[in-house]
Amino acid sequence: MSKVRVLVGTRKGAFILNSDGTRKSWDVEGPLFPGWEIFHMKGSPADPDRLYASQSSSWFGQVMHRSNDGGKTWETVGNQFEYAGNVGPHKWYDNSPHPYEFKRVWHVEPSLKDPDTVYAGVEDASIFKSTDAGQTWAELPALRTHRTAPEWNPGAGGLCLHTIIEDPKDSNKIVIAISAAGAFRTDDGGTSWKPINHGLRSNHIPDPDAEFGHCVHHITMHPSKPDTLYMQKHWDVMRSDDKGDNWREISGNLPTDFGFVVDTNANDPDTVYVLPITSDSHHYVMDGKLRVYRNRKGGDDDWEALTKGLPQKDCYVNVLRDAMAVDRLDPCGIYFGTSGGQVYASNDDGNSWSAIVCDLPLVMSVEVQTLP
Amino acid sequence: MIQVVLPKNLQLLAGTGRSLELEVEGDVTQRSVLDALEARYPALLGTIRDPKTKKRRPMLRFFACEEDHSDDPIDEPLPGEVAAGKEPYLILGAIAGG
Repeated sequence: MSKVRVLVGTRKGAFILNSDGTRKSWDVEGPLFPGWEIFHMKGSPADPDRLYASQSSSWFGQVMHRSNDGGKTWETVGNQFEYAGNVGPHKWYDNSPHPYEFKRVWHVEPSLKDPDTVYAGVEDASIFKSTDAGQTWAELPALRTHRTAPEWNPGAGGLCLHTIIEDPKDSNKIVIAISAAGAFRTDDGGTSWKPINHGLRSNHIPDPDAEFGHCVHHITMHPSKPDTLYMQKHWDVMRSDDKGDNWREISGNLPTDFGFVVDTNANDPDTVYVLPITSDSHHYVMDGKLRVYRNRKGGDDDWEALTKGLPQKDCYVNVLRDAMAVDRLDPCGIYFGTSGGQVYASNDDGNSWSAIVCDLPLVMSVEVQTLP
Repeated sequence: MIQVVLPKNLQLLAGTGRSLELEVEGDVTQRSVLDALEARYPALLGTIRDPKTKKRRPMLRFFACEEDHSDDPIDEPLPGEVAAGKEPYLILGAIAGG
């Protein structure tokens, strides 16, 4: 029977949640790296025993970890992320020029095919690549030196590159997203990048339809349908059917279209999940109710609230951008972690939910591995 | 042997106890102590000072013999008691946060 391993990064350490394919009972390992902020932890699709973790701290800086045995043991790997060549400024919150400065790794994205190849999305925004299992990191500088980059402003959490999606049909095609510069795509392995924000509309920037400057919170792609992307923007849930060249809004009947996470069902690329958050000034769910919304038709007016097993009273948690993931089983398992330290799971496409754990530190990220 | 005391988070990272002993060749300065520390515990690279500029991370402090040496020149000799192994060289995380 298949197994499921859920990797949870929290503000005070990491946890690994294990279950068999029924996903009814769980073992909880951890805390790993106790006391440290684990921004993201993810396993290699090519070798599920290979895990990477990004540990960050205001005191001690960036540390990267690697496991070669599914999280049983860990070793530190390279933590030097040096921008290549001349490093120019980006815009600060007050629009003044601000020098690029590496702060932390927000997201690690192991390659789909090679366990030793892994990408890192960092703050201040750039993408790095390692081909030696994290020992050394080299910037793909064409993104940070894009003609628009001097005009990029940070989002509230910093100028962070938080989303990296490799096209399963062509590893040279990579989609990334930056708060608050927007989405970009390379078709040549990072040699050049183009903004892919046409159709986004953001009223918090001077030109709502600008080529860049949109606060993209997260993007997801279903591996069987790589031309279609779903995006949770600051406000608005969006869809593209041409790899991001054009977007259209699919917020439809959602009670609010602010949020951070978006994901698709493993067995149906047209089934989308979001978790609406009240607003950008109220980073908690609406009306005290924790509700995942599902759309089985790829968006628009067919969103349905999924509430069974989730608190529907006095709940005021947030769910951060990397804190939802799906497994590859049928029915699909969906997992998300909250700012209140709960990790919820559904083993039936989202129809019902239960908490795997209730009292972890604030959850920064959730990733899932489906194991044989 | 030089005694070095690490904050808890770095103890976990290096896999050591609170206090450790280091062999330091030549003059005992902050640079030579930290060089020896990072050479023996590579997991600490970049966590105490910038690996390139050697600049102290802003939220760490270096104490010895009841004095704050955080802003001293890193090639200045540390007190004789530290060099003699009678007093520890303390690396501390600043008290910050709620």
